[in-house]
Amino acid sequence: MSSDRSDGSGIVFWQGNEVVAEAAIAAGCRFYAGYPITPSSEIAHVMAERLPQVGGKFIQMEDEIASMGAIIGASLTGVKSMTATSGPGFSLKMENIGYAYMAEVPCVIVNVMRGGPSTGLPTAIGQSDVQQARWGTHGDHPTIALAPAFHREIYLSTIKAFNLSEKYRIPVMLMLDEVLAHMSEGMRVPEPSDYHLVDRVKPSVTPEEYFPYDTRFGDVPPMASYFEGFRFHVTGLNHTKTGFPTTNPDICQSEEERMIRKVMKDADALAEYESYLLDDAEIAIYAFGSTARGARGAVDEARKQGIKVGLFRAITLWPFPDKAIYALAKRVKAFVVPEVNLGQMIQEVERAAHRDMPIVGVNKVGGIPIPPSEILSKIKEVAKNG
Amino acid sequence: MAKLKDLALRPERLSAGHRLCPGCGVPGIARLAVRSTEDYLVVGSATGCLEVSTTIYPYSAWKCSFIHNAFENVAATVSGVEAAYLALKRRGKVKENFKFICFGGDGGTYDIGLQSLSGAMERGHNMVYICYDNEAYQNTGNQRSSSTPRGSNTTTTPVGKLSSGKTGRRKDLTAIMAAHHIPYVAQATADNWKDLSRKFEKALEVEGPAFINVLAPCVPGWKYEEKETINMSRLAAKTCFWPSFEVDNGVWKLNFKPKEKLPIEDFLKPQGRFRHLFRPENQHVIAELQQEVDENWEEILKRCGEK
Repeated sequence: MSSDRSDGSGIVFWQGNEVVAEAAIAAGCRFYAGYPITPSSEIAHVMAERLPQVGGKFIQMEDEIASMGAIIGASLTGVKSMTATSGPGFSLKMENIGYAYMAEVPCVIVNVMRGGPSTGLPTAIGQSDVQQARWGTHGDHPTIALAPAFHREIYLSTIKAFNLSEKYRIPVMLMLDEVLAHMSEGMRVPEPSDYHLVDRVKPSVTPEEYFPYDTRFGDVPPMASYFEGFRFHVTGLNHTKTGFPTTNPDICQSEEERMIRKVMKDADALAEYESYLLDDAEIAIYAFGSTARGARGAVDEARKQGIKVGLFRAITLWPFPDKAIYALAKRVKAFVVPEVNLGQMIQEVERAAHRDMPIVGVNKVGGIPIPPSEILSKIKEVAKNG
Repeated sequence: MAKLKDLALRPERLSAGHRLCPGCGVPGIARLAVRSTEDYLVVGSATGCLEVSTTIYPYSAWKCSFIHNAFENVAATVSGVEAAYLALKRRGKVKENFKFICFGGDGGTYDIGLQSLSGAMERGHNMVYICYDNEAYQNTGNQRSSSTPRGSNTTTTPVGKLSSGKTGRRKDLTAIMAAHHIPYVAQATADNWKDLSRKFEKALEVEGPAFINVLAPCVPGWKYEEKETINMSRLAAKTCFWPSFEVDNGVWKLNFKPKEKLPIEDFLKPQGRFRHLFRPENQHVIAELQQEVDENWEEILKRCGEK
């Protein structure tokens, strides 16, 4: 196997999980800690093989919680770090994910969604962790979660996840689903010229002047790494700019507001999506992940039948594209929201649309992708009922 | 102790038709365990090969109460059942006698389930925890665990130019469990049914927690011929890779001492997971493994008063 696992043609035929692993390495990820869990284990397999080849480190941990702890620790040394899991592991990681928000530690968490709750459907598709990605850990926090839909986009979104985590000093979620993760698809591997890489901002001051949460430099404080001569305190307790714990109500309030503001002030720019045939659409579909691929097929078929329907394919799940959906809601008569859960993102569409209009879901949780025909039926039903 | 004939006549509690792999070491161990009492049984299983393969919808191979909770918490879940059972029994709401058995693989026992197991043992629940140790996460595709022996080729310790398989020594879980000072701890191999059966019976008889660690050869993970499972167990015993012993109320006792201790190569050679160790550049790993086996064996001999 060649070191970059391709044959030199630039064209590869990889599983989604392999794409994530290779893209993470391209993004500069040099530390991976993980735990076996279907349907994400192949990410660990590839990282176990590839990271040593690029001077990185793979470690398998004793459980999901430990994996999350390890990538936080590794990231504090200045190394881009990632873990991957699926629903039950995502649940176990939640306390540490909250810690990463609080301590402002960049890292990437891949969740290959399967059916749930609990063990659920380990080998079958789910999209039912999308609200958990937003609110799974306790306390107020911003969320960045990406949900690419095809392999080249998985590659670029993985890189973007690292970039955003570095830029904002937060954990970023990459939300795949079992179908994308296990499906092999041909793609041209993006060249370094197709993307840019972001590294966390390092301190410009001396160790004596350094504070780990120094907002003089903006809402995202420069971040020192261990072993570089900077001494700093890291904790999940509310803290002052020094990193030391505080219960001062004013500081707690302003710091928590800052941690949300640092992301949400860029919410509109962060909301990446693809508009497909929406210009003249009367019905809009909101979809993400592998479901959006089926939805696109349904749109094409409906168009053939003369129905003016388009697709809003969300690539960023969180922050939710409030403005874009609000604007779209003014133009269309109805939304159809297919998702492999019992109605999670539809709540956001309803909230953002902020209008009295038909917003209907197509929901399947039996471990199978939503067939385009079922999305088409719903489009036709909505079109008929006007 | 029940004779083989008596055991055979007892009603089947883990029925045929489950979907564990051909040649798998686990079902023989589990089947013998659940036959080792005539009381009612509650069986709990951590996520793993046994759980996945015996409970495929719409079937169950279990002819007794069965709980699967998650990967990390079989001992905690069964703790709840046992504690509630005792309370109900005390109030006369349950008349029959129940026994409680937990099954976990090495992933669910050595790694993610260790906290839950340790807690249950320390609290003193009257349960038997049986670890079927196939030395890696075999259900999810042969990822290394803390039971995986040094040098194993697994999907997360892949062999290549930079790697000769898993590094580091495997965890001695049986000794950790003995350090809980519970009434009964044992280690066994599946080739010696008599020894295994006696240990299960003993564990089920004692008041309080018991732990038994049984080596469970794995055809796809260890990569040997299906018909060799019992032979693998025997080689593990005869090379002293997997000593058979028990710790009965703190007293260590050796249960099998090979007439001639075989070199570790005899255990490694038939297994694909160790194939690369026989290349010249990896010979040192075999030497390290042999040294670990020797140290461990000497330690056990001492503890068991054989030296």
